[in-house]
Amino acid sequence: MLPPNDVEWEAVRLSLKVALVSVAASLPLGIAVAWLMARSRFPGKTLFEALVHLPLVVPPVVVGYVLLLLFGRRGPLGAWLHDHLGITLIFTWKGAALAAAVMGFPLLVQAIRLSLEAVDRKLEAAARTLGAGPFGVFLTITLPLTLPGILVGSVLAFARSLGEFGATIIFVGNIPGQTRTIPIAIYTLTQEPGGELAALRLSLIAIALALMALVASEILARRIHARGRG
Amino acid sequence: MLELSLRKRLGEFAFAADVRLPSQGVLALFGRSGAGKTTLVNMLAGLLRPDSGRISIAGRTLFDSAAGIDLPPERRRIGYVFQEGRLFPHLDVRANLLYGHRRIPAEDRRIRLPEILQLLGIGHLLGRRPANLSGGEKQRVAIGRALLTNPRLLLLDEPLAALDAERKAEILPFIERLRDELSLPIVYVSHDPAEVLRLAERVLLLDHGRVAASGAVGDVFGRPELQRLVGAAEAGAVMNARIERQDEVYQLTHLSFGEGGRLVVARVESPVGSGLRLSIRARDVSLARVRPSGVSILNILPARVLAVHPAEGPYRDVEMLSAGVPLWARVTARSVSDLGIGVGDEIHALVKAVSIDRQTFAARTGAASPDVASGGD
Repeated sequence: MLPPNDVEWEAVRLSLKVALVSVAASLPLGIAVAWLMARSRFPGKTLFEALVHLPLVVPPVVVGYVLLLLFGRRGPLGAWLHDHLGITLIFTWKGAALAAAVMGFPLLVQAIRLSLEAVDRKLEAAARTLGAGPFGVFLTITLPLTLPGILVGSVLAFARSLGEFGATIIFVGNIPGQTRTIPIAIYTLTQEPGGELAALRLSLIAIALALMALVASEILARRIHARGRG
Repeated sequence: MLELSLRKRLGEFAFAADVRLPSQGVLALFGRSGAGKTTLVNMLAGLLRPDSGRISIAGRTLFDSAAGIDLPPERRRIGYVFQEGRLFPHLDVRANLLYGHRRIPAEDRRIRLPEILQLLGIGHLLGRRPANLSGGEKQRVAIGRALLTNPRLLLLDEPLAALDAERKAEILPFIERLRDELSLPIVYVSHDPAEVLRLAERVLLLDHGRVAASGAVGDVFGRPELQRLVGAAEAGAVMNARIERQDEVYQLTHLSFGEGGRLVVARVESPVGSGLRLSIRARDVSLARVRPSGVSILNILPARVLAVHPAEGPYRDVEMLSAGVPLWARVTARSVSDLGIGVGDEIHALVKAVSIDRQTFAARTGAASPDVASGGD
């Protein structure tokens, strides 16, 4: 089996960039949403939760189409971003990262939420009596104790981003170097005569990347666990 | 002065308290579980908001529903040691200890880490995680962590409850050192009469969310109507005494109490002149009309009967004054009748056992401690 060629490496590099950016950019919002779900009560919370989880159950193609409507050149959000910030999402790698972030968001939020719910509120109360304000307690007690969930959620969302296909191809298309991530590259290769070997190579790379992400998270989780237990 | 006037409803449980107590030395919050002890300390610390009322400590108002004052816990400057320690699992002992210390203004950091390590004997634990500490070690670190915030009041919520007898014995001396070496008012929550007698000067007795009694430990624990709350076995007299003489031959210690009262107890390893707090349980006292001879009991105290109170079952509690100090005897109603005991009678109290609760002051200074000088009990 020959080593992957430059075009294939380009797909791998692009996929990693898209996945990393999508996770990094959605993490703060993911923590905020998980906190709202775990700690607060507000009218319409059930609907809010359903909306967050929606990408898990809706066909990815539909999510891509909704993104296209919202963030397309004439879409309400797309036009605003273009006119005011000069950002174009459609047919760019940034758009691919947005699609990946939306699809991975429920996994990210759910893992963080479970971890947040497991944090002993009594420790937070103890920290208050020691002079820490609500935000200080969040930074020094709640967040560190939620770290395992943040890590697990990030890895899941990262792996999900690497595999994202349906929403991406509808929203940002199939442009080499911009939006042709590993899954889209594999799809393209299987449509061309003589592309089978390259598709196989990319598939093996995709499996290896996912495996590495899971192993890395397992090792990190163990370290955090060991730190917490002593 | 600790001034409390609080109302709080928690489901079926209603809490109400109106008290003013001196905020110095150790105040015990005593009562059975469910009496409202933790509810009260949580309101003091700001972790639970009263429905209405007022809390002020040494003239500083922490909560006043009428004036709209409710200081958050982080601004109350109250140290809180919880039953379960509540050390932060992701931080080592040093970071736990310094968590609050770093958050107070530099000029307020009078109590410092080296002092605390020495006082509590935890210097060797600094690098450890809470998970690798024993129950007793955790509680000592939790106490140190609270003290390092230089609190104006220290709350100890049954800090020994989760520990076995051996660990309790390991921690109690440290709490006594806090009381004796730092001039810090302490509120000590307990349901164990022995702990209260050993540690506290004053007690607030809670029952079903109400204050059943408050005052000097000796006064409150000696009152017969409170026996149900204090625990029948523990009812009796609490008094301060002084070591007069050590009997090396028989290994006994001679004590004086009140106005010329004398007691002999098993050897107490403190110098002559030291102050002690004793308790004499009512059930350990028998009565005799005439001074008996030929008995093995060493302590036969002349006393005058003040009152005879009904007690549970066939028993009566006889309230007496011996050398000006209250003394109690639990005898059967039949004995009361057979001996013809009446108010004002001169009688002899046969004391079968005396327990030494604590040393109130050491003799080496030569001066009486404020505890004895104020000597309500």
